[in-house]
Amino acid sequence: MSQQQLIPHLFRTEFSKITSVLCKLFGIEHIEIAEDIASDTFLSAVETWSYKGLPQNPTAWLYTVAKNKAKNYLHHNNIFIQKIAPQIKHTSTDLYENEIDLSEENITDSQLQMLFALCHPSIPAEAQVGLSLRILCGFGIEEIANAFLTNKETINKRLFRAKEKLRTEKVEIEFPPATEINKRLETVLTTLYLLFNKGYFSESSNNVLREDLCLEAMRLNYLLIENEQTNLPEVNALFALMCFHASRFAARKNENGEIVLYEDQDENLWNKELIERGAYYLNKSSHGNKISKYHLEAGIAYWHTIKADTKEKWENILQLYNHLLQIQYSPIAALNRTFALSKVYGQQTAIREAEKLQLTNNHYYYSLLGELYKGIDNNKAKENFQTAYTLAKTQTDKKTIKKKMDKL
Amino acid sequence: MKEFLFLYRTDYNQMQQQATPEQMQASLQRWMDWLGSIAAQNRLIDKGHRLENSGRVVKNNLVTNGPYAEIKETIGGYSFVKAESYNDAVEIAKGCPIHSVGGSVEVREMNLM
Repeated sequence: MSQQQLIPHLFRTEFSKITSVLCKLFGIEHIEIAEDIASDTFLSAVETWSYKGLPQNPTAWLYTVAKNKAKNYLHHNNIFIQKIAPQIKHTSTDLYENEIDLSEENITDSQLQMLFALCHPSIPAEAQVGLSLRILCGFGIEEIANAFLTNKETINKRLFRAKEKLRTEKVEIEFPPATEINKRLETVLTTLYLLFNKGYFSESSNNVLREDLCLEAMRLNYLLIENEQTNLPEVNALFALMCFHASRFAARKNENGEIVLYEDQDENLWNKELIERGAYYLNKSSHGNKISKYHLEAGIAYWHTIKADTKEKWENILQLYNHLLQIQYSPIAALNRTFALSKVYGQQTAIREAEKLQLTNNHYYYSLLGELYKGIDNNKAKENFQTAYTLAKTQTDKKTIKKKMDKL
Repeated sequence: MKEFLFLYRTDYNQMQQQATPEQMQASLQRWMDWLGSIAAQNRLIDKGHRLENSGRVVKNNLVTNGPYAEIKETIGGYSFVKAESYNDAVEIAKGCPIHSVGGSVEVREMNLM
């Protein structure tokens, strides 16, 4: 890896580690100080490395510099006296040295605890995703803005408010007590799910960034699997879902960056290894007696890894959607269910069901109707695609609908 | 939107005589399709539960076994559904798979006060 590639890469992976460990040490109210020290460390790295060359072990170099900067900070500020000192039991002379623990174990613990802190129920979901991207995934403000399709200012404001909230709520960076894990885990999983979807469905034209978002969501999810207390069925189910989706990364965009619809995808481009991993974790998720929405969505995603249209496939998908909708309604699940229904009971039945949905401000609704009328009443199909085209907001969606119209 | 209780009534004895595993599977699928259809319209409040084929009736401190000693049809389950009106709720209830086994749906608007 060249230096130009190495620094951003290290920044991603190490920023989050340093910030989590320092923040854990300082307390959540000093989250910005932890971030600043981490950023400062990278600034020093860029300056020093550009004329002295790369150190032998860049990560170790970063940790040493981060520790020194943290120690300096502690020396010069009274946060040490007020906050840290009372908590430190032993008083050896190399106290600072020992306290800043950048061992692999402490890094993992800190990141996991930080994940629970950032996904505190008092923080709005969008802000949780943003904060996680910043603190746990080391994304820059501009990258986050790009992923959310907004500007840096909005993201800065959102993160600032969320950090304020963490302070006023006095959120502790700790592993929740065993009795609360299930409840707190729900918010954490929602955030990881949103984080993944942000990457998977983002309109952002930056493909590398989008994939990175998904991979980060998977990495954080995997932290939960590796920890005994959080290695629960729904955590495995969500991981399986991500594996199945991620297996189609290469197939769902063409060389021009346009979306390739599922039925047009080249299944040779599907990542077999990820499909197998997904199946492995889906199997692991089946222990226990609770079926979460992640189980059902992972089940649906599993059936989609089988390209051939069989009766068994669509009957299973339909039943999974029936079940999913009973747990949690969403317009997209309602539309997908109706599509599955057409595969099982035919287009006429599905048209009758679709008309009951009345999702008249949703362009996917009209795209579905267009699809269902295909071959039955092509004029009606065209009309519906036309309405979908008018309602669609993004160029990508308009393009996709246009293609369908042209095929008629 | 108003909220309604759907009470499913069937003749338990008759149902048990008929059902083969395949028939039970097919029946389950019909129920899931029907409930899924209501849920897809965002009108399912709670799919509710099936009720066990046993019960006790308590009246004046007198306890009798089984809720269906004298009547043929008993309540086999219930759901909660959102609808605009009785007409609307009845339209939904017409699609219930219970009709194919000679059962009925009692539709009752809930007093939410």
